[in-house]
Amino acid sequence: MACRQLWASRAASYLRISLFHRSFSNVLNNLKYADSHEWVKVDGKSATIGITDHAQDHLGDVVYVELPEVGTAVTQGDGFGAVESVKATSDINSPVSGKVIEVNEELSNSPALVNSSPYENGWIIKVEMSDSGELDKLMDSEKYTKFCEEEDSSH
Amino acid sequence: MRGGLWQLGQSITRRLAQGDKKAVARRCFATDSDLKKTVLYDFHVAHGGKMVPFAGWSMPIQYKDSIMDSTLNCRQNGSLFDVAHMCGLSLKGKDAVSFLEKLVIADVAALAPGTGTLTVFTNEKGGAIDDSVITKVTDHHIYLVVNAGCRDKDLAHIEEHMKAFKAKGGDVSWHIHDERTLLALQGPLAAPVLQHLTKDDLSKLYFGEFRVLDINGSQCFLTRTGYTGEDGFEISVPSEHGVDLAKAILEKSEGKIRLTGLGARDSLRLEAGLCLYGNDMEQHITPIEAGLTWAIGKRRRAEGGFLGADVILKQLADGPSIRRVGFISSGPPARSHSEIQDEGGNNIGEVTSGGFSPCLKKNIAMGYVKSGLHKAGTKVKIIIRGKANEGVVTKMPFVPTKYYKPT
Repeated sequence: MACRQLWASRAASYLRISLFHRSFSNVLNNLKYADSHEWVKVDGKSATIGITDHAQDHLGDVVYVELPEVGTAVTQGDGFGAVESVKATSDINSPVSGKVIEVNEELSNSPALVNSSPYENGWIIKVEMSDSGELDKLMDSEKYTKFCEEEDSSH
Repeated sequence: MRGGLWQLGQSITRRLAQGDKKAVARRCFATDSDLKKTVLYDFHVAHGGKMVPFAGWSMPIQYKDSIMDSTLNCRQNGSLFDVAHMCGLSLKGKDAVSFLEKLVIADVAALAPGTGTLTVFTNEKGGAIDDSVITKVTDHHIYLVVNAGCRDKDLAHIEEHMKAFKAKGGDVSWHIHDERTLLALQGPLAAPVLQHLTKDDLSKLYFGEFRVLDINGSQCFLTRTGYTGEDGFEISVPSEHGVDLAKAILEKSEGKIRLTGLGARDSLRLEAGLCLYGNDMEQHITPIEAGLTWAIGKRRRAEGGFLGADVILKQLADGPSIRRVGFISSGPPARSHSEIQDEGGNNIGEVTSGGFSPCLKKNIAMGYVKSGLHKAGTKVKIIIRGKANEGVVTKMPFVPTKYYKPT
């Protein structure tokens, strides 16, 4: 990670453009990732879902999280809620299909947990998966890291 | 997550060169070069500015600090904004005042030299073409600042009317100050810090007043005004001195005044209850509906003489059918175009601006509702993504203003 940053800095100074002086987003190895920037942690048939460090960083201060009701059905790739920052609203899509078994009520009082702890305390929902085969459609940490870099460089 | 996130303008000026893909990187630059750059562009980038397209310009939406922190810092310490994208112009001539009075609702004749006010350029239907801060420098010179997004429209409008006015023998000419750049300095430290850079006594320059004076070695047009509700100034400085002045201000404040972007600027003005043209004011909204009746000079209310006066004076007599009000609401922040309903579920209006207030830690919004339902305390429902959320009509400003006025 560090050498990539150094290389990018040198490339940036060659082209005389600015590079943000912040570290690259955190990507955890034991999670799966959707191309809409959600992560999923699998534990048997249960999947915990949230948004990635890359997503919360681009979003800015989260001020509100719209949570679904427990029992709601979710479908892979479809929206189930929203995350609001000071300036923008973004839909959250479920990386897997199934039924919502738990929502993170803490986010009603402390939406900023999504920023400070996107993979732990900022988790959003827990789903009982209907088809664990769907996980194969998701990216692993390495693919997701590359995906983020490509996406950022095309903007 | 998609959609809104990218609308924020994630066109961050970060291009990672990828060896053989250098050609691709160059193509990305081509789109950016269509945007105009202020003299502070490199300065913003060097300070970590996230540049986004805004009204044809490349402007910083924020810097390294978050929009929330930036907003809070403005009210606690101070902010320096690059507002060079806005258009400053001067109208000069014996008849400059009477010319301008045809186009705006202000009593320009009654303004004392060296004072200014917020006004509205109206169209034939009494609707707002733009809002503007105008200042009478002398009886033969008026200085105006108009919105960046309305520059072409406003200048075409003024030019058209100026031609007709001159054809009838009127003495007026204009000069568009593209040789100058505009900075806004706002917050409690604005005056103390600026005082270090000028010999003029700023304690005698009150809200709405204007002076030409030397600041940091340049001749500047200084207006004690702003768009945040805080005490502060808008400083028009020759473009070649813009960066030096910005540097000097930041240095004198020892880092307490921060470069602040458009994201925080929008939060600040919303907290101050100020309209954003294009959201809270548009071609079909009259100044009366927008709550700017106070900006129509007393003499103008009696005499008219500006475009759309008949519509506006009728609204003054009968009352407008809709009014701009503020809201505090629960649930997600209300956004532009959210529907407003009464407690019975009937449509009564629409939100025109909304967001989360960093200072109040609540959702605040502005919008238009049917007259009669505009009183503070009226309970409403705001529909966001199909769900009704509780709201209440609230007096603005949401955050008390701190304009520097004589006691």
